[in-house]
Order: sequence, then C-alpha cells, then structure tokens
Amino acid sequence: MSQNVIDTTQAAAEAAVQTGAHASADPFILAFTVFVLAIFVGYHVVWNVTPALHTPLMSVTNAISSIIIVGAILAAGPLEMNLGTVLGLIAVGLASVNIFGGFMVTQRMLAMFKRRKS
Amino acid sequence: MSANMVALAYLIAAVLFILALKGLSSPESSRRGNLFGMIGMLIAMVVTLQLPSVQNYAWIFAALAVGGLIGGSVARKIPMTHMPQLVAFMHSLVGLAAVLIAVSAFYDPAAYGIADIDGGLHLASRIELFLGAFIGAITFTASIVAFAKLQGLVSGRPVTFRGQHLLNLLLGLGMIAAGVVFCIGQGWEAFLLMLVIALVLGVLLIIPIGGADMPVIVSMLNSYSGWAAAGIGFTLSNNMLIIAGALVGSSGAILSYIMCKAMNRSLFNVLLGGFGGQVATGGGYDESAEKRPVNAGSAEDAAFLLRNARSVVIVPGYGLAVARAQHALKEVVDKLIASGVQVRFAIHPVAGRMPGHMNVLLAEADVPYDIVCEMDEINPEFAETDVALVLGANDVTNPAARTDPACPIYGMPILDVEKADRILVVKRSLSVGYAGLDNDIFYMDKTMMLFDDAKKACEAILKSLD
Repeated sequence: MSQNVIDTTQAAAEAAVQTGAHASADPFILAFTVFVLAIFVGYHVVWNVTPALHTPLMSVTNAISSIIIVGAILAAGPLEMNLGTVLGLIAVGLASVNIFGGFMVTQRMLAMFKRRKS
Repeated sequence: MSANMVALAYLIAAVLFILALKGLSSPESSRRGNLFGMIGMLIAMVVTLQLPSVQNYAWIFAALAVGGLIGGSVARKIPMTHMPQLVAFMHSLVGLAAVLIAVSAFYDPAAYGIADIDGGLHLASRIELFLGAFIGAITFTASIVAFAKLQGLVSGRPVTFRGQHLLNLLLGLGMIAAGVVFCIGQGWEAFLLMLVIALVLGVLLIIPIGGADMPVIVSMLNSYSGWAAAGIGFTLSNNMLIIAGALVGSSGAILSYIMCKAMNRSLFNVLLGGFGGQVATGGGYDESAEKRPVNAGSAEDAAFLLRNARSVVIVPGYGLAVARAQHALKEVVDKLIASGVQVRFAIHPVAGRMPGHMNVLLAEADVPYDIVCEMDEINPEFAETDVALVLGANDVTNPAARTDPACPIYGMPILDVEKADRILVVKRSLSVGYAGLDNDIFYMDKTMMLFDDAKKACEAILKSLD
C-alpha cells in the first residue's frame, strides 16, 4: 500500500547517512531537492528546443503532464467502489484522453516537418 | 515487483521524458524523442497498474479505453489551425484530473498510503494537497475560458470592470485563508471552499485578457498544468511525477517568457489584461488612413515582380491560415524555386495563435522546414532581398514599433521588411491589425499593395506565373 512512502523514507535515510546529514532528513526535503533539480534540467533542455517546434513542445508536454494518471490509477485501485474510486476512474479517463491525444497529435505534427528534396 | 524496482522503473520513465523534450532540438531527432515519451508513459502506467493496491482492473481499463478512443480520434481529425484550442482544452483536463485526484486523496488517504494513525492526513500531506488542488482548479477553469475564447464560443474581447484586480486579490487571499484553515483543522468545508474560490478565480483571471494575448496565456496554462502534476507528485511522494511536472512547468514558463519578449510586454502587463480592447472603438481610424495614397497592383504585376526577383522573403501571418492559403502559396513557392528564385519564409515568434504555430501550418502545406527562418536569422537578410512578400501579417512588420515611442507596440521586435528592395503586401483592405495601428510600409514608394483575400491572391499569382 504505502510502498512509495516507505521507499522514499528509506532513500532519505540512506542519503542522509551517505552525506553525513541529520539522519532525520524529512522525505519532503528530498522530494523538494528532486523538484528543484528537475526545474534546472527542464530549463536547459527547453531552451535548446528549436522555436520551429514550439507547438509540438506544448502538445508533448501536455501529454507528459498527464503522468498524473499514476495518481488517478492509485485512487481508482481499490475494488470497493466509493466516492474516491469513482473520482479516480474519471481522472483516469480524463488523463488518458490527454495521453493518447497529446502523443498522437504530436506525432502527426512532427511527421509533417520535412527537409527540401534535392 | 519490489519497491526498489518500482522506483527504478519510475526513474527510467522520468529519463525518457527528458529525452522526449531533448529530441525537439531538431526536427530529425524529434520523432524518436516523441517515441521515447510514449515508452516512458507506458512504463509508468504498467508499473503503477501492477502495484498490489491496484485491483479494480475492469473499470480502470474501461476508463483508459474510453479516454484513449476520444483522445485518439480528436488527435487524428483536428485541423492544425485549431491546435491552440486543443492544447487549451487538454490543459483543462489535466487541471480537472488533478482536482479529482486531490479530492479522492482527501476522501481516502489510505489508498495513497498517506494516512496517519487516525486515518487522517499528515500536515505536510495537507499542505501538498492544498497546493495541488488549487493549482489544478485554477488551471481547469482558466483553460476552459481560454478554450472558449480561442474557439470563438465567447468574444475574444477583454472583459474588464471596476475593482476587478481588487476582487481577484481578495479572492486569492480568501483561497489561501481557506487553505490554511484546512491545513490546520483538515475539515471538508474549508477544503471545498478553497476549491470553489480557486475555480472562480480561474475564470476571473482570464476574462480580462484579449484574444491577441492568448499565446502567452496558453503557454502559461501549460506551465500551470505542470506545477499541478508536480503538486500531486509531492502528495504521493512520487519523484517521477515531480520530475515530469517540473519539466512541463519550466517549459511553459520559458514559452510564456519568449512570447512576452516577442511582444515587448511583461508577463505582469499581459496578466493584468485589457490589451486590444480599444480596437473596436477605433472605428474612425480607417477612413482617415485611406486618404494616404498607395500603389495598388494586380496579380499579374505581383507575379512579374516575383518572377524577376533573385531572392524573395515571404512574411506569413495568421491571416494566411484564416484564408486557408497555405497550399496555394506553396505552389507559388514551388514555381518560383523551379525558375531559380531563392525563396525563404520569415517567421515572427507571435505569427500564429500559439508559439511555433506558423511553422506547423507551413509544414502541413509541405513547405520544407529548412527554408523557414526565425526572426533573428532572417532580419539581417532583408537588405539583400529583392522582394518581401507580406501575406496576412501586419503588426509584426510595423516600423512604428521601432521609431514611435507613443505607439502601443513600441519596442516590440519586428521583421525588417522595409529594408527590402521592393515590398509586396497582400491584404484584403487597409484595415488595422490586432493592435489597432496603421502601418507605414503600406504607403512607401517601393510598396505594391494587392487588395485581395490571401488565397485568391495566391491562386491568381500562380495563374500569372504560368
């Protein structure tokens, strides 16, 4: 059930031991570290995107942000149907519109970009 | 699958997402990049589906299939001119999904493994839930309004009223207050109140913003949808969601910045809204403008000019796409290239309705991407150009942006069309552009105006080239 949490907590503990920091480093701080570093990665990768492909960039990032489907699947996971599972299922449907739609429309656009025939 | 294996699989998915964005540095590598993105998504979904807490397979696959079918058929059919609406619509789905997940997590924390001993939520989880839910809610309604404006369901004109910004500020503070109450007492009422205020705020934030500024707004909502995903990632302590959300968030932020810079506006100025509202009231402008003499020409004259040029630079604007003239234009270009004319396209960053939109519209018409140039690349070349052909563009060629400090677009970078030897402007009439401005290049001696719809003009020029 709580694998993710245990996992991150363990990782936090291990990282804390390795760096010699306080053994009680909060998992939130670790997640926040990942978050800040990922913003830097995103910043550098996106500045390298050619302006001609900014529209496909938007549609593909749209598909990628639908990664929240992971949360939706967890919410829809339990067999017992209640408000939580139903909302989770709706979220699964909404996110999958974006995943399929986003990646497919990006593919369709990218296929149009051709070099000069010579 | 052990917990470590799950975490490693999520890491692989996150790396694949980074590679998907990295691939977009050139059209050749972009298709492989997109494939990486799809594989990353597939890994993430399969790994999540096999977690022991996920049992409800029949329903989950049904939801996946319905969503996938809708998304797939929309992606296949949508006209490229409608991409801004589609993207705005998709942002709203991400926002709504984030809200639903947050509500569900609040309702049943145990399903996410974030419950404390009493079955409630930890303080840290409550704060994360609050952030994810309100960003998602604002993204949801704001994107719906942006979609309606772009689709023409509501007027693109800014809606402004007295005390608007004060109201937004009060609502924003109220939302934060409700969020704080929720974080302290974890009550339903505060959580719902916070959500409702966020939903209303999303609408109010976008209605004062005019249609011309939608490229910035769509980029900004792109960014929001990423932050919403990262917020949910914090709630679930899932690094992959945090990484993916941060990538999307920074991507949207950079695009908003690029768009603002291309219009010489600050993001703050765009968000305050109201720009373009005066266009409708400037009705008298046209008549006085038409008194200035222009050189009008026929399609034959235009064809003659183009055929005898050594180099031609075409400046397309959104009017080209509205007139569905891309394909006719492509045939003109083919013919000119075949007779030895060097032809290139000059793209202003705000040429379309969203970042990079014009490039996609030209690519759809089979214009090879290596003759399509960005503004910085082509501007030094105009002085060496025989004919600059302006099609459905106006403000992005207006020299007043450089010379007249009183004009609303002063300081906006423009395409240096007026440096070309001859200028050919295809336009339906001498009406003003988005910013409500007259353009001096229409009245220059070296300019020839061809008054026609862009598509009819291209077809007529094509006929005369034979």
